Amino acid sequence: MGNEKHSAYDYLRHSKKFPSVWCSGCGIGVVMGAIIRAVDSMALDPNDVVVISGIGCTSRMPVYLDFNTMHTTHGRALAFATGLKLARPDLQIIAVMGDGDALAIGGNHFIHAARRNIGITSIVVNNSIYGMTGGQVSPTTPMNMRASTAPYGNIDPPFRIAELSIAAGAAFVARSTVYHSQELEKYVRMGMETPGFSVIEAVSYCHTTFGRLNKLGGAVEMMRQIKDASITKQAADKLSAEERAGRIVRGIFHHDSSRKEYTELYRAIQENAGGAELADGRIQKMEMTF
Amino acid sequence: MTTPKMMQGNEACAAGAIAAGCRFFGGYPITPSTDIAEYMARELPKHGGVFIQMEDEIAGLAAVIGASVGGVKAMTATSGPGFSLMQENIGYAAMAEIPCVIVDVMRLGPSTGRPTSPSQGDVMQARWGTHGDHPIIAVAPSSVDECFGLTVRAFNLSERYRTPVILLIDEVVGHLREKVTLPPPDQIRVLERLRPTEPPEWYKPYGSAPGDVPALAPFGSGYRYHITGLHHDEAGFPTERVDEVRPWTRRVFRKIKGNVQHIVRYEAEGVEGARTIVVAYGAVARSAREAIKIARAKRRKVGLLRLQTLWPFPTRVVSEVCRNAQRVIVPEMNLGQMAIEVERIVGDRIVRRVNRIDGELITPQEILEAMETK
Repeated sequence: MGNEKHSAYDYLRHSKKFPSVWCSGCGIGVVMGAIIRAVDSMALDPNDVVVISGIGCTSRMPVYLDFNTMHTTHGRALAFATGLKLARPDLQIIAVMGDGDALAIGGNHFIHAARRNIGITSIVVNNSIYGMTGGQVSPTTPMNMRASTAPYGNIDPPFRIAELSIAAGAAFVARSTVYHSQELEKYVRMGMETPGFSVIEAVSYCHTTFGRLNKLGGAVEMMRQIKDASITKQAADKLSAEERAGRIVRGIFHHDSSRKEYTELYRAIQENAGGAELADGRIQKMEMTF
Repeated sequence: MTTPKMMQGNEACAAGAIAAGCRFFGGYPITPSTDIAEYMARELPKHGGVFIQMEDEIAGLAAVIGASVGGVKAMTATSGPGFSLMQENIGYAAMAEIPCVIVDVMRLGPSTGRPTSPSQGDVMQARWGTHGDHPIIAVAPSSVDECFGLTVRAFNLSERYRTPVILLIDEVVGHLREKVTLPPPDQIRVLERLRPTEPPEWYKPYGSAPGDVPALAPFGSGYRYHITGLHHDEAGFPTERVDEVRPWTRRVFRKIKGNVQHIVRYEAEGVEGARTIVVAYGAVARSAREAIKIARAKRRKVGLLRLQTLWPFPTRVVSEVCRNAQRVIVPEMNLGQMAIEVERIVGDRIVRRVNRIDGELITPQEILEAMETK
């Protein structure tokens, strides 16, 4: 048994940079594991999988994964991914972002990618803080919590990622946590199987900054807090708003595969214009007129 | 030859892009560049290409780089304020060595400035707008015909050297309509990027290569590798090792500097034996040509050095052409962004600057005055 290869082994880049940049006990590795298992369960060819990210702790994930990987500029993962998806609709594109990356500097790209319903699976690892830069307040830091740039407590209300995504037009929206790794894997897979834009919020923690500044303990304690605070959507639906406060509600919040995916819609424009690529790679009607 | 027709500079630029094989455009509307986006929105789907209007210029260039990584030639077009927003991703394209073409139809700045008035105020922004030292290529057309030709060339340079290429069109040329005779498609020289032929496990997207330009595998072609804006090793993985950072820096500068003679294009008219040389580019070069015609009719020994390539700066050309000149006139619709370079080469003692930053084109008369005054 000791010599058996771990199922994640084939998807990791062994030549480089392990151990990872993440602090011991970080939840991002759990999310990475869920992505690997989701890809594995779908039996995808790694040559057809793209993992693209912006800047931050979560955005360091692509470098460890043996797919086509791209670590872009802060907040812009979805904008890069949009161009790539339009150029290559055949590729399975996963965008991994932190809360600050996806929702502050990248907030505009986030809502517009959702609005277009472009076939990208976006995974937002929400640890409520800017970890890499040392614990600054983020767009998901809860009210009254402390951050290095909110030393007297945060007065900015946090974004509600699921509701924001649904309102903006995402086809699949789900939330789980790094404690519920199997459920997370299931949601990542469902997101990848949804033709349009999907958002999977993975609630995580940062014991190094957020935990320290708010005296919440280490990785084990924070993992336990996530476990204790979480509740399924079915159970939460039976609670009053007051009872739900402070809970992490897990589940699928929106799933609509009926809406046309963006690159499909564009393909129809190309077909009508006579410029769609045929199965043999030729263009239907290609003429150069100036 | 195709039949001559009236065309606008921006339109010719867009047509040139399609002729060069551009099949992706991502951008955001901004005066005076929007004609290019509109042309691409209409024409690209007919050629199997994709147009997308993104949510801002940052996203426009990001999408362009993403499409290029997918193996598709890609372009964006903007003007001053949008060009400023693109700067971070220009640095990303330079760092990750992803081919792309950025058109900047220059309007009067700073800030919102005068959106429909011409300027050449982005010359230094094209060179140094993004942070950190990096090589860049920038070209500037003077006519509608050249908008077509230099756009084709911008794509060729971009693919050949795996670098972002900036097309600096001033608003005069962008909105100018004049007669052009475009070459038939089979007479247009179009270069494709080098793709790897070695087995994927040997592929080094940032390795040493002949001409210092390694092959670039599109995503989804069986070569799985990493692209990052961090300093990286030959495989593309982030590194903080000085012995891995330095070879990259040396190589990317060498790939442009070492090929300056292949990159630089210019036109010299009547510079042999000329005592006065006018160094100009863009629409201002047209005023300069007119001024020189008038001066020559008065038997003045004046010549024109018209630069098509602004970056890398054609140091040797300027130095040789101006070697015996007693006066070098540099007219620009800015306060001397290129004159600084010329002065560096020929010495500021003999350089006369002619500048306007009020949104009006420099007239032949103004250039003539600089020739006549002591």
